[in-house]
Amino acid sequence: MCLAIPGKIIELLGDNPPLAAVEVAGVRCKVDLGLLQDDMPVLGDWVLIHVGFAMSKVSEQDALDQMRMLMMLGEQEQAMEEIQGYGLDEGEEQQDSLRGDAARSRLPS
Amino acid sequence: MQFVDEFRNPEVIRKTVDEIGRIADPKRHYRFMEVCGGHTHAIYRFGLKDLLPSNIELIHGPGCPVCVLPMGRIDDGLAVAQQADVIFAAFGDMMRVPGTHGTPLEHKARGMDVRTVYSPSDALKLARLNPNKHVMFFAIGFETTAPSTAMTLMRAKAEGLHNFSVFCNHVTIIPAIRAILDSPDMRLDAFIGPGHVSTVIGCRPYEWIAKDEGKPIVTSGFEPLDILQTVVMLLRQLDKNEAKVENQYKRVVPWEGNRGALKALAEVFELRPYFEWRGLGFISQSALRIRDAYAEWDTEWRFSIPGLRVTDPKAAQCGEVLKGVLKPAQCKLFGRECTPEHPVGALMVSSEGSCAAYYNYEHRKAMAAELVQLQ
Amino acid sequence: MAHGAGGKASRRLIEGLIVPTLCGPVKEPLADAACVEIGGTPVVITTDSFVVKPLRFPGGSIGELAVNGTVNDLAVSGAKATALVVTMVLEAGLPTKVLEEEIAAMSKVAKQANVPIVGGDTKVVEHGKADHIYITTTGIGQRINGIQLHPRLVRPGDKVLLSGPVGDHGIAILLARGEIELEADIRSDTRSVFPFIESMAEKAGPGLRWMRDPTRGGLATSLNELARDCGLGIHLSEEKIPVHDAVRGACELLGLDPLHIANEGQFVAVVAPDFAEPALRALHAIGGGEAAVIIGEVTDQHAGSVLVSTRYGGARVVDMLVGDPLPRIC
Repeated sequence: MCLAIPGKIIELLGDNPPLAAVEVAGVRCKVDLGLLQDDMPVLGDWVLIHVGFAMSKVSEQDALDQMRMLMMLGEQEQAMEEIQGYGLDEGEEQQDSLRGDAARSRLPS
Repeated sequence: MQFVDEFRNPEVIRKTVDEIGRIADPKRHYRFMEVCGGHTHAIYRFGLKDLLPSNIELIHGPGCPVCVLPMGRIDDGLAVAQQADVIFAAFGDMMRVPGTHGTPLEHKARGMDVRTVYSPSDALKLARLNPNKHVMFFAIGFETTAPSTAMTLMRAKAEGLHNFSVFCNHVTIIPAIRAILDSPDMRLDAFIGPGHVSTVIGCRPYEWIAKDEGKPIVTSGFEPLDILQTVVMLLRQLDKNEAKVENQYKRVVPWEGNRGALKALAEVFELRPYFEWRGLGFISQSALRIRDAYAEWDTEWRFSIPGLRVTDPKAAQCGEVLKGVLKPAQCKLFGRECTPEHPVGALMVSSEGSCAAYYNYEHRKAMAAELVQLQ
Repeated sequence: MAHGAGGKASRRLIEGLIVPTLCGPVKEPLADAACVEIGGTPVVITTDSFVVKPLRFPGGSIGELAVNGTVNDLAVSGAKATALVVTMVLEAGLPTKVLEEEIAAMSKVAKQANVPIVGGDTKVVEHGKADHIYITTTGIGQRINGIQLHPRLVRPGDKVLLSGPVGDHGIAILLARGEIELEADIRSDTRSVFPFIESMAEKAGPGLRWMRDPTRGGLATSLNELARDCGLGIHLSEEKIPVHDAVRGACELLGLDPLHIANEGQFVAVVAPDFAEPALRALHAIGGGEAAVIIGEVTDQHAGSVLVSTRYGGARVVDMLVGDPLPRIC
């Protein structure tokens, strides 16, 4: 219900009101930091922007943790399969499992 | 890290989809409600439905502020703007929402001073630039957007800017979820929790959903990998017969929410005893109004409001669709009288409204079916 | 009237009222230019009016648009502009300097495009009855030999070729209006596309089926019109469609789709499969054509609509634009 997007603080533009210049993929926009007064971001921090206001700080650590967790998905199962001797077919198996609903509706390119 | 493209990585998406395929029980039919319209939009935009097994059904929830706004409120806002020297300022989302006598854009074409703003502070800026006019900001949105309106009102008061007011239509998400769970014809397995609302309110307000209603809820981000990971987390909970509140969107959502934003909300707003939601009817304590201390900047206090109630066309079944009881295409008007170009119900207006999203998707599903046959 | 921004509303206005009244029943798909015969010689003719706010913006101005726009309408109709006439409606009180600048701009781009401006007209209306300047440019042109363009010639398997990144013009204008506090190094792409089309026609002429410059309503609207007119489907690959980072960033922030944003210096062409590579090579060989790319193909499935597949196997339908692109917060 609310479009919000992360941007990096590249300049602090004064205190009253607390404004910052934020960069989003090469676009510079002015963002109000008034709602983060309890935990003021600093230069270089990433913030989540909604309707011109910074809503929260974006944590790189949590983002990296999430990616690491996702990268590890399925690895346990693959290890199990290998133990059970299915290791050799693993490549094919993976392809087959992709060919579920997802692959069927994918269009020829 | 740019926090966008990383979460659209095709390799990782494939892995996550595999994982979903592995843990979803093929004998079971899952019904997950994505509360937030932003998720609805993302699901369509990224084509995520195509990636999920067919026994995982995503049901669109009430989290679209434009969709749940009764037509009478739009009429009320436009009635104020009919007066001389009033500028009607609103987000682009509002501009194509029909009132009884047309949309704000159509009123603009007939001469009303209607401005699209990107931020409530842009509306305040309009007031500074137009000292001889009154700028009314038509505020919509859930708890994500309301703090920005609150902060803007605090600034207006501090500046002593008297030609600015807010027509407050801010609503709160928890009572809407409750209304949906109370609905007798509703059967849901779990919730995809609204990520951006949670940056403000945190995850605690969802605890009753897990504890009292026994439904898992995972606060989710909006990128493809966020939504898919959320599905994994929900499936795992259901697999273990658990019901917990979990936070998938940790990089942005603090468990306790945003204290500064909550303070701003408490300073400016109070709960209305009740508020009408389009499709859901009157829900008690489900919306915000401006406190007396800010009455001077409250459109409803400064102007006389007709207080119109407009019933939706009988044939339109927005309520059932909004509650997830009907699929958009099951509504009698869908795709015939009601299309994105000529919306009858509000769910067809907003790009995150489930009908508008479905309009495209249905379109497409027919094609995909055709394609499978051809193959 | 809400018929301004290209897309469905303007189409209804044109096909429902203007064409039937002025030209009789709509029998043929509407094109960017018409062809008439004068003493046995085919002459291509087109006209276009230009209103833009602000008059000057990064990368161009109304004067440049007025010349390039008409030259491009002829070019995508397979014609080389021979001459232009220019009509200006001026608001009383318009500073002379502004007018001088726009006339200079028109002169400059007309020279660049190697097209003479052979005449015109000027009207001044009361202050407040027009918005600074409106320009109408009419152009006539000569068919480029050996090419034939029509939606009916489009076949399944044909390739969809795009000349370069989309969305620059529309976003540049949006930011230049200054209503939204965004800054980005985004310049309008206004330019004549004729040199590209000429070279493509030379190398791949018999394979060219259809062309359009995706102005108002963007790439999505042009291709939806094609899909409707040829009764086939268009299938694009999202990752192939070039969009400048800053345009993408602005679109993410404002909730817009780059495929709906106006362009003023790009074209999209449908080319027979065997000619796609030569056409592409011809474009790559010219300065400014390096980013040309095949973005998808015509299919006999999902007739009448445009489908975009994402990098990870999902797909979405991209419709025509309904009204103006508006920034959204939801």
